[in-house]
Amino acid sequence: MSVAPIDFPPPVQPEKEFVGPPEDAEDERIEVGVAIVGGGPAGLACAVRLMQLLEDDPALAESLGEVPVALIEKGKNTGSHLLSGAMMHPSAMERLFPDLDESDWPTYGTVEKDDVRFLTKSMAIPLKPTPPPFRNHGNHVTSIAQLGRFLGEKAEEAGVYILPETSGYKLLVDEKDHVIGVRTGDKGRGRDGEPLGNFEPGSDVVAKATVLCEGTQGHLAGAAIKHFDLGSGDPQQWELGVKEVWEVEKPLDRVIHSLGWPLRWGGKYREAGGSFIYPMGEDKVSMGFVVGLDYTDATVSAHDLLQQFKQHKMVRGILEGGKRVAWGAKTIPSGGYWAMPKQLWAPGMMICGDSAGMVNVPKLKGVHLAMHSGMYAAEAIYQRLKSGGDTSDFSNYQQSIEGSQIEKDLHRSRNMRQALSHGLLKGGLMANVMEISGGRLLGGHHHTHDDAAVDVFIGKRNKKYPKPDGKYTFDKLGSVFTTGNATRDDAPNHIRIQKNVPAEIAIMWDYMCPAQVYTVPDEIKEQLEKGNGSIEDLKGQVVDLEITPSNCVQCGAITAKGGRLTPPEGGDGPNYQQT
Amino acid sequence: MKICVLVKEVPDAAVEKRMDPNTKRLDRSGEKNLNPFDTHAIEAAMQVKEGGAVEVDEIVAVTMGPESAVRALHKAVSLGADRSVHLTDSALENSDVVATGYALAQVLKQESPDLVLLGQQSDDGECYTIGAVVADYLQMPSLTQVIKMDVEGSALRCERQAEYGYDTVSVEMPAVISVGDAINEPRYPSLKAIMGAKKKPLDTKSTGDVEIDTSRVGTDGSRTQVLAINPPPEKQAGEIIEDEDTDETVQRIVSWLEERKLLA
Amino acid sequence: MSGILTYVLHYEGEFNKNSLGAVSEAAKLAGEIGGEAAALVLGGDDLSDDLVKTLGNYGASKVYRVKGPEGLAQPVADALAKVAEEKGYDYVLFGGGLLGFEAGAAVAARLGGGVTMEVTQVKAQDGKLVAERPILQDSAIVDVAYEGGTGVIIGRLNAFEIAETGGGDAEIEDVDVDFSEWSTKASMQQRGEQRGADVNIEDAEILVAGGRGLGKPEGFELCEQLADALGGAVAATRAVVDAGWYPYAAQIGQTGKTVAPKLYLAAGISGAIQHKVGMQSSENIVAINKDQNAPIFEFSDLGIVGDLNKILPKLTEAVKAKKGG
Repeated sequence: MSVAPIDFPPPVQPEKEFVGPPEDAEDERIEVGVAIVGGGPAGLACAVRLMQLLEDDPALAESLGEVPVALIEKGKNTGSHLLSGAMMHPSAMERLFPDLDESDWPTYGTVEKDDVRFLTKSMAIPLKPTPPPFRNHGNHVTSIAQLGRFLGEKAEEAGVYILPETSGYKLLVDEKDHVIGVRTGDKGRGRDGEPLGNFEPGSDVVAKATVLCEGTQGHLAGAAIKHFDLGSGDPQQWELGVKEVWEVEKPLDRVIHSLGWPLRWGGKYREAGGSFIYPMGEDKVSMGFVVGLDYTDATVSAHDLLQQFKQHKMVRGILEGGKRVAWGAKTIPSGGYWAMPKQLWAPGMMICGDSAGMVNVPKLKGVHLAMHSGMYAAEAIYQRLKSGGDTSDFSNYQQSIEGSQIEKDLHRSRNMRQALSHGLLKGGLMANVMEISGGRLLGGHHHTHDDAAVDVFIGKRNKKYPKPDGKYTFDKLGSVFTTGNATRDDAPNHIRIQKNVPAEIAIMWDYMCPAQVYTVPDEIKEQLEKGNGSIEDLKGQVVDLEITPSNCVQCGAITAKGGRLTPPEGGDGPNYQQT
Repeated sequence: MKICVLVKEVPDAAVEKRMDPNTKRLDRSGEKNLNPFDTHAIEAAMQVKEGGAVEVDEIVAVTMGPESAVRALHKAVSLGADRSVHLTDSALENSDVVATGYALAQVLKQESPDLVLLGQQSDDGECYTIGAVVADYLQMPSLTQVIKMDVEGSALRCERQAEYGYDTVSVEMPAVISVGDAINEPRYPSLKAIMGAKKKPLDTKSTGDVEIDTSRVGTDGSRTQVLAINPPPEKQAGEIIEDEDTDETVQRIVSWLEERKLLA
Repeated sequence: MSGILTYVLHYEGEFNKNSLGAVSEAAKLAGEIGGEAAALVLGGDDLSDDLVKTLGNYGASKVYRVKGPEGLAQPVADALAKVAEEKGYDYVLFGGGLLGFEAGAAVAARLGGGVTMEVTQVKAQDGKLVAERPILQDSAIVDVAYEGGTGVIIGRLNAFEIAETGGGDAEIEDVDVDFSEWSTKASMQQRGEQRGADVNIEDAEILVAGGRGLGKPEGFELCEQLADALGGAVAATRAVVDAGWYPYAAQIGQTGKTVAPKLYLAAGISGAIQHKVGMQSSENIVAINKDQNAPIFEFSDLGIVGDLNKILPKLTEAVKAKKGG
């Protein structure tokens, strides 16, 4: 009997619910020149680039009105919801800030040594020479939470109106189905959605051009892609990454990537992923574990895999005597070239960065691609404004992307991630062949698949997870606590999901979510932990899932696996500082 | 009537709190946001304004802090303050409670408010005291932990929970009132208000502008001095009882409680 | 003449326990640094000689008695400031409680001194007093000294132990205080109103808290019975409040209330950090949980690994028996 989340779809129709006409009276709407949704690398690069172009063209700037560029960000600050490795390719920062010296970038500089390991439980076998995707010469170790703050400051200095604690809830379209702006989310609703005493409705923000830069699992982007039929036919895929930042005693002198343990080899498990460990200056490291969300064992938990990973001798050596100072989680779109929308724009609107799947997963690179795409969007808007102001056709943006490095980069590795669904052994081999041949061998079109369509079974992966010791390994709730997540207890549930699902699905969600939003009943948890053949009884049994939405750190994993994350109240969620 | 609201920026909950070993005070270099208790004070001011019992001409947000404190003022203005005043000066760094209260009082003297509101505590450790210090310098009556406040003519009818239960106190204005979080549910700023916040007047003042005697503020002007920061006392490992004979276990618990005079 | 002046709050003919603790503490400290330990009371006619002199039992050699409005801080600050200045007391001490914060801060401002609050311990160092107070959610303790001017020390609730020194009656000196013009602008309309409906767990000295380990909402009946027997109140974790087992007013933890009672008895609570931050300053922590690996056992003073359904009812009976008998 197959049990896949796709058989239990969430009660939501994004293209209908989140795309529609304005709700406020015309004179109540807030008019801006350009509206950017999302204060990440893509959105902020777009904002900064636009202001650079407008600076040289005051007449055009004036035509955009009192607020030429407004950027809405659902976190407390630009950067609060940003999380990545990251090894950032320098090209985008160079292009955006040509006069800024590399040493003034908010990064930890470059690292000379690359180290790729194949891990077994006790060994860390070096892979030499360094496989090409893992060569990071010239790339900067970056905390994108800090990059977000830096770019946010630059944007504000340039005159961008940054509106934090504001979510983009609905995409606004006119009678011609042209995008005319965004409606922001309500604030002050209670647990059942009822307006509370301090209820503040959202506002219609109308703009000549709207740029969606919402990152992974972009809410409006997802709705727009469906509504305007922009999808490519290949569904998007996702990886889930959980990372921590540690203060360490011994400086780390190299960038480390690992494959293998604790992920399992066999094709049956479909466990693809690995880890990264990057030095953040002399006294900190950024460490994360990434796993593809198409795994089959319902008890796989990215958070716990990271905790287990830290027990490896090699990793312990790095963390010994150290202290964890940050934690977080985020999904990465990994469908690559084929899963990108076939069209990245609609009248009045463009999609950039992770929201458009512009991530090279084998290389773990997406930050610079996001920034480049944001800049292309800005230039496309400028071009249209310059030549009469008609923003209904952004095919110029499409052309820029297609002719750019973004396209070339993603095309080269277009089949690699899909190969890994065949399990590490066969898939790894295939991926290497593709990489070495620059995408020419084993080319063609390897289709992506929908993560939610993968059948799950109740396995035994959970047996190996370490019990949190509070020093080197940690539990989920305590970790969520460190993110500064202070969402109201009576906030409405922002996650669309079916609550009564077969045990396999419920268990999968319970283990998958790094923030423990979904919890199966205690009796089932106990059975899983003791596990003595009674798992057979659980098969197919319908379970009542307990949901604690206020834990949510908005990583997006649930949207890949049968649910649908929508933006909660602006300001909710984590306040990442160094991730 | 003019209302001044004292606000403060405090380290965000996500920022790991630590002490700066050099200044021996809270390391405030991390990200900061408006003290959540102050949002209740601003809301209280707005409710007085909107309540209609008295005409409020303006609500002024006042803060003392480094350059970054401007963000707290923008937030306060987006929540309803009409303008803000930023007292900032390197001479003020590391001021203790009394020095801070003195400095703020000097700013307030220039503003001459009828009512001063503030949050009763901030998330970084200081509690219930700054209002009393400010009030003493301004020579105004003061009350803290106020959870209900109604304007009655030229006085305020306040409720607060003290040692023996709820007290109702009538306070003549001008007065300094520190509010608790139970007093109201702060509103959310509208998008328009957030966007308009930066346009509202913001006056920056240094110690000279408000006649602050610098010998009374800063590290040298503060009469308290932190000598050392120590880890908390070693908590003796607790005793653990595995319950086998519940009657016996229970007797052991009762003896344990009795030893510590908890069964009085 | 140096020394320590302690404010003593009273209500309906009884002295506040925290104030008495402060008096005892002052006596102890004065013994170490020299000088007199005196007390100050402010109120109406109920401050009879017979009542006031009893402060001598707790170590006050002398009590200054001031006539004035009760329950308000600024008149107290006026009185303390006048006496401290005229008689030369170097330190002014308060036991835990709201008035201490307000009056203490005002005294420090008035006399140009320094004030430390939430003090858990005071020590004598080189003939001076150093106050210790916890910071950063009790993860560190700072030592605070006073430089010039009067040192004002405001204790944390229950920080100072009451000690009967057997010192005999205290000398009473009546003091006339001209209250500041603004001190009389606040007037008490009603004092000490009990609002039974509200469970104010923040003030309770004893709390019995229940968590998911109770198994079902009815489990709270066990907690209520034990709380009753102990003379305390009932609190709850976020998980069970979310599940609707107990009201939000009783919630403790990161998003609920923070408490520091003398006794915190946790039944069926794992002790995860979000809960811990709300109660870790409790003086005595007792935990009952069937999971021996529950984090709460790492910071409880007494931990019982067992079934709370068996233990709680028997404990309630045993407590009743002990108290009744």
